[in-house]
Amino acid sequence: MNSYILIFIIIGYLLLLFGVAFWAEKKAKRTWVNNPYVYTLSLAVYCSAWTYYGSVGIAATSGVSFLTTYLGPVIAFPIWIIVLKKIIKISKQHKVSSIADFISLRYGNDRFLGALVTVICVLGVVPYISLQLKAVSETFGIISKNPINSSSTIFQDSTFYTAFLLAVFAAFFGTRTTDATQRRQGIIFSVAVESVIKLVFFLGVGIYVSYFLFDGTLDIYNQISITEDFESLTTFDSLESGINWYFMIALSFLAIFLLPRQFHVSVIENTNQKHLKKAIWLFPLYLLLFNIFVVFIAWGGKLRLANLANPDYYSLLLPLQNGDIFLATLVFLGGFSAAISMVIVSTLALSTMLSNNLIIPYGFLDKFSKSHPDRNANYIKNIRRTAIFCLILGAYFFYINFNIELSLFSIGQLSFVVIAQLAPSFFIGLFWNRGSSFAAKMGIITGALITTYTLVLPFVLDTIFGNMNFIVFGPFNLTLLRPYALFGIDFLNPVTHAFFWSMLFNVIVYLYVSLSFKGNYRERNYGEMFVNSNYNSLQENAFVWKGEAYVSDIRNVLNRFLGEERTERALDLFYLKYDLSKNDKKADARLINFSEKLLTGSIGSASSRILIASVVDEQPVTLIEVLEILEENKKTISSNKFLKQKSEELILLTEKLKLQDKLKDEFLDTVAHELKTPTTSIRAASEVLLDNIDMSEALKMQFLTNILDDSERLAKLIHNILDLEKLASGREVLDKKTNNLSDTIEKAISGVHTIAEKKNIKIIISKPQKSYTALYDEDRILQVLINVLSNAIKFVEEKKGIVKITLEKIENYIKINIEDNGKGILEEDIKYIFDKFYQSKNQNVKKPVGSGFGLAISKQIIEGHNGRIWVDKDYKTGARFSIEIPE
Amino acid sequence: MSKKKILIVDDEPNIVMSLEYTFKKNNFEVFIARDGAEAIEILKSKVPDVILLDIMMPNIDGYQTLEYIRKNDTTKNSKVIFLTAKNKGSDIEKGLAMGVDKYLTKPFSIKKVMAEINELMI
Repeated sequence: MNSYILIFIIIGYLLLLFGVAFWAEKKAKRTWVNNPYVYTLSLAVYCSAWTYYGSVGIAATSGVSFLTTYLGPVIAFPIWIIVLKKIIKISKQHKVSSIADFISLRYGNDRFLGALVTVICVLGVVPYISLQLKAVSETFGIISKNPINSSSTIFQDSTFYTAFLLAVFAAFFGTRTTDATQRRQGIIFSVAVESVIKLVFFLGVGIYVSYFLFDGTLDIYNQISITEDFESLTTFDSLESGINWYFMIALSFLAIFLLPRQFHVSVIENTNQKHLKKAIWLFPLYLLLFNIFVVFIAWGGKLRLANLANPDYYSLLLPLQNGDIFLATLVFLGGFSAAISMVIVSTLALSTMLSNNLIIPYGFLDKFSKSHPDRNANYIKNIRRTAIFCLILGAYFFYINFNIELSLFSIGQLSFVVIAQLAPSFFIGLFWNRGSSFAAKMGIITGALITTYTLVLPFVLDTIFGNMNFIVFGPFNLTLLRPYALFGIDFLNPVTHAFFWSMLFNVIVYLYVSLSFKGNYRERNYGEMFVNSNYNSLQENAFVWKGEAYVSDIRNVLNRFLGEERTERALDLFYLKYDLSKNDKKADARLINFSEKLLTGSIGSASSRILIASVVDEQPVTLIEVLEILEENKKTISSNKFLKQKSEELILLTEKLKLQDKLKDEFLDTVAHELKTPTTSIRAASEVLLDNIDMSEALKMQFLTNILDDSERLAKLIHNILDLEKLASGREVLDKKTNNLSDTIEKAISGVHTIAEKKNIKIIISKPQKSYTALYDEDRILQVLINVLSNAIKFVEEKKGIVKITLEKIENYIKINIEDNGKGILEEDIKYIFDKFYQSKNQNVKKPVGSGFGLAISKQIIEGHNGRIWVDKDYKTGARFSIEIPE
Repeated sequence: MSKKKILIVDDEPNIVMSLEYTFKKNNFEVFIARDGAEAIEILKSKVPDVILLDIMMPNIDGYQTLEYIRKNDTTKNSKVIFLTAKNKGSDIEKGLAMGVDKYLTKPFSIKKVMAEINELMI
């Protein structure tokens, strides 16, 4: 294909990406852009050109070891999710903007540590970025049929322009705000889109090779299995290579956490922890899909292209060989996507680190303007933009000047080993509060030196200078110090060998130094906050600080970077959250921590600490004090919780008391009314009798009878009220004896016999087979039964009425049912029927006799026997009362 | 002069009996209702000069009955006296606010009730 057409396609594709990023920034709040799928796909930035081309190359030459890079993350994933939750929580809380920031913060905002991590990351990742550019350049050469070195100056090299455009893209969408913890939806969404593109095109070429060039995967297998070196491609030839395999898995396991671009997409760009739930199965699935066809493309390439071509580019060369230029272009675009998404996210993450953890804290802190927040913001942005251009162009020149003839795979692994040096400080520091800042620095430096000696140095000597003596004989002919076989360990491949020794010493040094030297209070403070998730809830309270500081000084510092408006808004929120007065002149630890966090996103944690420290007068705190303060704060929070709970309980209790009070008032009202009625009647009748001596004898008799009746009614009422009061207050002692229930029921029936006969009502008792005895106060139970029976008699029709009593035993209870065929009880009444003074609305117009106390008293009596009395709601042909008392 | 008409609305027959006796003796024409519903039924055909009204009664209570009396054209000018056991200040205020002419509490003196009615009749 003509290289101009290809350049045209590349530019078109990049324009499309710009468009996608623009669109996503506009719709930043929509679920279209903010969802677990986009999050998972952005994680797939892990699959770079190394995956796209390098896996095939390694599968063709070294067999199954390409899988380790993907098995590591898959195995790591369940753990990854748990650990990542913690990391995300801490990062969001402290406004962490990169892995360098994270590690530096864990060890007490250590400026040097942050810079060291940044340097390690830059050293590890820049060659890796240059590899991506190399892949772009070489694949461009293959498609356009131009030999790679045809362009004599960089200005004729299309890769240079591509790199430049990528830098523009990253600078444009990556530095829209000064706060590096802000999301970059545009970039993330375009990375997600690219993840789809690279997967689809890679699967496409896999299907093409397997089903168009060959007759299915089985066909490829049958053909390759008869070649001579097939055995070595599919099996481990020894125990040693098995060990190598496991080390490689461990290495990629660490990489998925520690690679700056992975940390960026998985932690900094995470908006919702729930997205992890989807990612836990979707991301491994993505990796699996990506690797399905790797071996078949590799074998197919071996069969069709023999060993003449670079196996890294089989996926491109196979369609080209068959004249499918269109498919080859798509494959090229897939690889291009993989490369540029890696380049963009990596440079973005690195540029943040460079600006926030190296350049600003070491060079620019005192250069910030005191009065122009806008100028400072631009300053920070420009530092990052410059960093982005320097990184990408640096990677480009690295590629041009060290045009190393190495596979993508091995540089990638080298990069992994370098980055892995952060693992001890990162992981152990996350779970061990004693890990100290000095130990982290020493560990990382030791590991990095060992990696340099065992991997980088021989690598450079071998590939660039062609000098093998160092590797074969060791320095000064000391065989024990041979870089690929340190201390005689010669069965590991160079990468695992370097990984093994560097990690071993890194961990030992880290643990030893942590245990031997005490860190300062600040690193211990952050150590506690990171490790002990209990302190997470303390938020600003977990930060220990002592000294003197003025709000106005801190406000000035904030103004310089955030501007007055944002500073005021942030402080308002702060005062509101902690319910503090805005007039306080002195700042407390919480405000200092809050301000440090506010600045962290813009200038990094180390710089913000230095800036704030410059305006306050800080006093050292001992380690013991740190722990004491943390514990105390924790207790305060829990006792606050306790107090809040208590006050809620009190409110509930007050409500309850108010209700009871109201009920009591109502009760008294009713009592008064009930007492007044007969009194009124007695008084009125007496008055009439007294004033009318001439009244007829018959009428006189009637009035006197009324007086007598009402006096009796009054006496009974008073008796009932006192009785109920006695029962309810528990002052009444029940005279419990063993009695026969059948006998008691007989007695009750004879008690109501007269009124039943008067109304001509039948009372039926279905006698049980055997007699039931129970422990109860017979007089009281008799009172209950008579009450319920008289109610039944009262509400059934004359002559037709039937009242039926049954007795049964249910478990440890004796149950008495009394049912009638009267008009039943209204559903709305059932709830209140046992209330004092309740008289059903469903009574005859002629007022039935009753005090309204009967059932209330009955209920008290039954409850005094630990039993239960209730009305059967479902009984529709009358009323059914049930009484249950324990045996 | 024609007989003055009085309606007694109360659910306590013994109290009603004493009142009925006294009013009849004082030359009133007496009607008796045992609750609000009965009272309203009576008021459809009779227009009493005075209505003695209890408040706490089943079905339709004194308040509802008073409301009917005041809305109904033929009875809206009748004098109404609440005769009730409810003697709290708030109850009395409520009754007066609803437009009752007198508020008397139980237990009452019959002579006092007569005196109040006579006052209303002037």
